[in-house]
This record gives sequence, C-alpha cells and structure tokens, in this order.
Amino acid sequence: MHTFAEFIIVFIILINLALSVTGSLSACIKLVALQGVVAGVLPLMAGHGGPQGRAVAFAAVIILLKGAVFPWLMMRARDSSGASKDVEPLISYPASIMLCLGAFIASSWMGTRLPLPEAGVAWIVPASLATIFTGFLLITTRRKAITQVLGYLVIENGIYIFGLALFVEQPMMVELAILLDVFVAVFVMGIAIFHISREFDHIDTAELSELSDWRRGEYGK
Amino acid sequence: MRQALLVLPVAAGIFTFLGFVPGEDGLRPLLTYALLLLPLAAGLTAFLVRGDAPRRKLLLWTAWLHFTLAAITIWDYNYRGPYADGGSTIAPVWFAFDALGLVFLGITSLLFLGAANYAAGYLASEKRDPGEDSDEGFIFNNAPEAVFTGCLLLFLSAMTAVAASRHMGLLWACVEATTLLSAPLIYFHRHKRSLEATWKYLLICSVGIALALMGNLFLGAAGLKTGAGLDLQALLLRAGALDAPLLKAAFLFLFVGYGTKMGLAPFHTWLPDAHSEAPAVVSALLSGALLNCAFLGVLRVSSVCAAAGLADFTGGIMVLFGLFSVITAALFMLGQRDYKRLLAYSSIEHMGIIALGAGLGGGAVYGALLGAVSHSLTKAGLFFTSGLVLAAEKTKRISDVKGLWRRAPRTAALWLAGFFLITGTPPSGIFLAKFIILKEALALKHYWLAAAFLVFLAILFAGMARVFIGMVFGEREAKPGEKPYAEEASMLVPAAVFFGCVVLAGLFIPEWFNSLLALAAQNIGGRP
Repeated sequence: MHTFAEFIIVFIILINLALSVTGSLSACIKLVALQGVVAGVLPLMAGHGGPQGRAVAFAAVIILLKGAVFPWLMMRARDSSGASKDVEPLISYPASIMLCLGAFIASSWMGTRLPLPEAGVAWIVPASLATIFTGFLLITTRRKAITQVLGYLVIENGIYIFGLALFVEQPMMVELAILLDVFVAVFVMGIAIFHISREFDHIDTAELSELSDWRRGEYGK
Repeated sequence: MRQALLVLPVAAGIFTFLGFVPGEDGLRPLLTYALLLLPLAAGLTAFLVRGDAPRRKLLLWTAWLHFTLAAITIWDYNYRGPYADGGSTIAPVWFAFDALGLVFLGITSLLFLGAANYAAGYLASEKRDPGEDSDEGFIFNNAPEAVFTGCLLLFLSAMTAVAASRHMGLLWACVEATTLLSAPLIYFHRHKRSLEATWKYLLICSVGIALALMGNLFLGAAGLKTGAGLDLQALLLRAGALDAPLLKAAFLFLFVGYGTKMGLAPFHTWLPDAHSEAPAVVSALLSGALLNCAFLGVLRVSSVCAAAGLADFTGGIMVLFGLFSVITAALFMLGQRDYKRLLAYSSIEHMGIIALGAGLGGGAVYGALLGAVSHSLTKAGLFFTSGLVLAAEKTKRISDVKGLWRRAPRTAALWLAGFFLITGTPPSGIFLAKFIILKEALALKHYWLAAAFLVFLAILFAGMARVFIGMVFGEREAKPGEKPYAEEASMLVPAAVFFGCVVLAGLFIPEWFNSLLALAAQNIGGRP
C-alpha cells in the first residue's frame, strides 16, 4: 500500500511543477482539481490496516468537492470573464518553474529539520510544504483573480496533506466545518470574480489598485 | 425602543427558570446554544422576508434578544461561577463560555445592538436617497437589503460562536466563517472601490487564516503523545506534557494567521481599504467586534503556551508586533487624507496596544482587556458618527469637511467627544487601560518600550487632533442653497450611549465587570 502512497506523493509534486508552467487557465483548473482528488485518495492508502467507513465517506466528500464542484465553479467564473483565457503571469514561465523547484528543494531541507513525528510515507512533509509554496507562488505572481483563487486551493491541498503527515486527527464535526468553510470561500470568491469581471471588464487584479494611502484624492482625474 | 419593554418579561422568565433547574450546569448549555442559533435562524429567515419593514423589525428584535440572553449569561456566570466543563475529555464540549469568552461575547452583543438600531435608520435613509458616490460622483446600486440584513445576522452568529468555542479547530472554522459572512457586507455599495476592498479582504484574510490552520496542525502534533487533541480544556490541563518546539511553531503560525485578521502590522494591509469602503455600520462591527474575535484566537493559543511555561516566548512576540503596529499606525495617520481610513489606522494602533498589553503579562493583561472593551465601544461610536458626517458632507476627504459644527451640531459634538475618548484623554476607559499597561511596562523595567509607547501615543494624539479640530471648527463658506443637515436621532443615540459607557468605564468600574475582567485576565495567564 505504501508504494502506491509514495507514487501519489510524486504525482502531487509533479502537478506542482506543471502548475508553475501551465499557461492555459482551464488546464490550471483541471490540474488543481486533479491534485485535490489525488490528495483526497491519499488517506485511504496511507492508513494502517484497511480504510474505515468514516474515512471512505469523508474522502468521497472531498473528492466530490475538489474534483467536481470547485472546477465547475471555477470554469463558470472563467467563462463569465469573456477576456483572454491565459494565465498571464507577472514573471516568465522559466522563472516560475525555477522558483517552484527552489521551493521544493527548500521544503526537502525543511522537512528533515522540522521536529516532526516520524511520517509513515516518505517525502510527504516536503511534498506538502512544496504544495503550500506553489500556492503562494500562484497567488503572488499571477495577474488574474481566478488564479489567486486557484492558489488558495493549492495552499489548502498542501495543508490537507500536511495534516495527514502529522497524523492530527480532528473530530468529524471540525473536519466538516473546515470543508464547509473552504467550499463557501470558493463560492464567495467565485461570486466576487463574477462582479469584478462585470465591473472592470476583466479580472486582472493588477488593476485593483485604486485604494491606497498616497494616491487618494485623485479620483475621476 | 418598544423592543426593550417586551424583552423584559422574557428575561424575567429565564431568570426564574435558571434557578429551578437541577444539575451542574442547569440551563447553561441551552442558553449557549440559544445565543448561537437565534441569530443563525433569524439570518436565514431574513433572506426570505419580502418587505423591508418586517425585515428591519426582525433585525432589531434579534439584536435585543441576543443582548438580553448575553446579559443573562454574564449575570449567571458572576452569580454561580465557572461552567462545569472542566476536564471532561471523554465527550468534548464544543461550546461553553469562560470569563474571557464572556468579555468578548458582551462586546459583540452590545455592539450589535447599537449597530442594529443604527442600521434601521441607515437602511431607511439609503432607500430614500440611493447612492451617489462620494468620491467620483457616479451612481451605484446597493446590494439587496435582504442579503445585507441576512449576512449581518449570520455574522453575529459566527462571532458568538468564536467567543464560545472550546475547541481550537472549531474556533478556526468560526473565524473563517466570520470572514466569509462579512465580505458581502463590505460590498454593500456596489462599485469598483468597494469591490476592490472586498477582494483584498477575502483573499488576504483567507490566506492568513489558512496559515492559522497550519498552526492548528502543529498544535495537534504537539499534543499527539498526550492525546490532548485540539480541545482547549484538554490542552490547558496537559500543557506541561506538550512538545515545546512544536508548540512554538504552532503559536507562530496561529499568531500570523489570526494577527492578519486582527490587523496587526505588517499584516494589516486589507484593513484600511475594507474599513473605508464598507458602510459605516459594517466598519463599526468590523473594527469593534471582528478584530477582537481574531484577537481571542491569539489569546487562546497564548494561554496554552503560558500554561506550558512559554509565556516569555509568546509575550515577546506579542510585544514586538504590538509596538510595531502602534508605530506603523502613527506614521500612516500623519499624512492621512480620508477620515474613515484614519479611523481604520487608529484601530490598528489599538490592536497594537492591546497585543502589547497582553504580551507584557502580569497586571497589563487586565489593562489590555479593558482597552479592548473601551476601544470597541469608542471606535464603533466613531464609525457610526463618521457615517453621519459622510451623509451630511458627501465626502470622505478630510480637507473638504470644515465647520461641521454649524451644519450638524450634534454630529460634530459626538465626533469631538469620540476624538477625546479614543486618544485616551481622561476620563476615558482607554486612558485607564493605557495607564495600566504603561505602569506594568515600567514595573517590569522596560523603559525603552515605555518611552517609545509614550512618544508614539503623543504623535497619534497630535495627528488626530489636527484632523478632528479642523473638521469640527474650521471655517468654510456656505454653498448656495445649503440647508442644515437633518440629523436622525436613531443614528445618534447608539454612539452617544457607547461614549457614555466608555466614560463610565474610566470613572467607575462596577464590581461585576471588574471581577469578570480579572477572571478573564487569569484565563490567559495574567494577574488580576
């Protein structure tokens, strides 16, 4: 079973690298969905003994949300914008992938340094940290509001994997509350993107820069 | 005001009933869940109610009922002592109040009561006179009032849940829920700038809160061997056996996460935008209630750290970021041209002062809590008044508002009173809070800290005095055809009552309030 879990870990790391170079928005949405689904399968593989009913039900909810509901919402937000369907990064793709690789190397180093309990699956801690870094990369170096939401989802995936690595079991109610929050967050952000595209005719967050302390009083000029 | 009369019999009924129920906690769990579910149910109903008038009634009624229930809860706590949830690790208690939670419940509920009364007048005036943008002059629509009222009530439910949470994971979920439910409130006026503010708020706070989730995982890992889980009571009881390096990591992540939401510099960037673009009533709730809820998250984890003997570590970090927030706020307030942003930076300053007080420990914790209460009331009152100033002058630019005294005398009086109270002029409760914190800093021989604190408070006072005095007393030629602004009493009263409470807190603290604050300070490792 563990070999399969390790295969999944490698897969997740590869998705991170792919995310950092993909230029098409719809491909990005699919990659993030795939990562979510794969991460959702992980606890069924890594557990000691066979998977339990509760874990299976919970994994099913996660896979449904991250694999079907979120990509559907994101695709709708993408279609509503009507503008270019490209990612439009602020830095070049080679620079993105170098940063992503650098983040992975740094996470591997950190993974050995952190005073964490022994993880059952090799490379799970570095993979989770690298995923979180990739999410931050997407948020900070991409122009569009929609890629920022994708970045948020990647961070969420990373934290989910990190939780698996630490064996922190939260009660079912809390897990569900967290999942509900993430769902509502994506939903509300989707609505906000819809409004942004209607109000500004684009979803480029670099244009969201009217509010600041030093340029006040220049409205309408 | 009829609501107040009708709520009295309900209160009397619950009062008598409480005494007759046997068992350790009696009706307490029921009361707690009533506090959570009442605004939840009312919020969901508000989405369905068609007419504006009944919906506003629903808002007012819920606010009064929630306030009454909160007052009973606090009274009951003072009368019968702590809840009996201590140490029950078999079945975790999800929601229960301790003194600290009750302080924050009290602030939230009182503030919401004021906000509901203000909102009723505000929504009516928005309906009569829909939006012309104050800065650029274009016409915009408002969000549907049903959505606004519904989100307002759900927001209250989420904040109550934060105050009552006894589980760190649940606390996280509730704090995130407050972000999501308040985002539509900031986007009430539908135009570009409010949308920008909403987007920044959503994204920065959600990512920040995601870091707090990492912190929760570290916290869980720290207690893995002891089987403490994330239950607050279990963590406090077994604090000595927690893994110290992991606990430190947990604190750092939780501090950054909740600190973002709380508006501590340098994680504060969303705060001035959101506060300046949201309607006044929402800004008041964000500043007075929401920031405190996030602070409660920090206090909860720091209390666990203190129990594990890491008080020096957590205290040092809180003092550092607290002082940095005060300095940042002072610098950004000096050149400020927008009075709502000025108030927002003042909130950052006060969050800094409160974090500093809580970080110093000892007697300063009491000062920090008193500061939190006084700041909430004063700042909410100021934001309420800022809404009136905006309605009277149709601009948020400081330089365009002059001679408020003539056009809207009662608003001007409140604006000036709010300025004196917020800057900590005696007899304000904020003065007392700052004084206690300063005294403790000197007692602990942090002379540099005390000096820096005083210098920046002086800068803040000067910066704000220039703005407020100019706005109230400055000379201005009357525009042709200008009429005095018709001030509506329902929108003035909440601010006036809040200011009265703050003065009272500075002059004379009632015994029940004093003991509640002292117990709350003990909850987080302070000295009464």
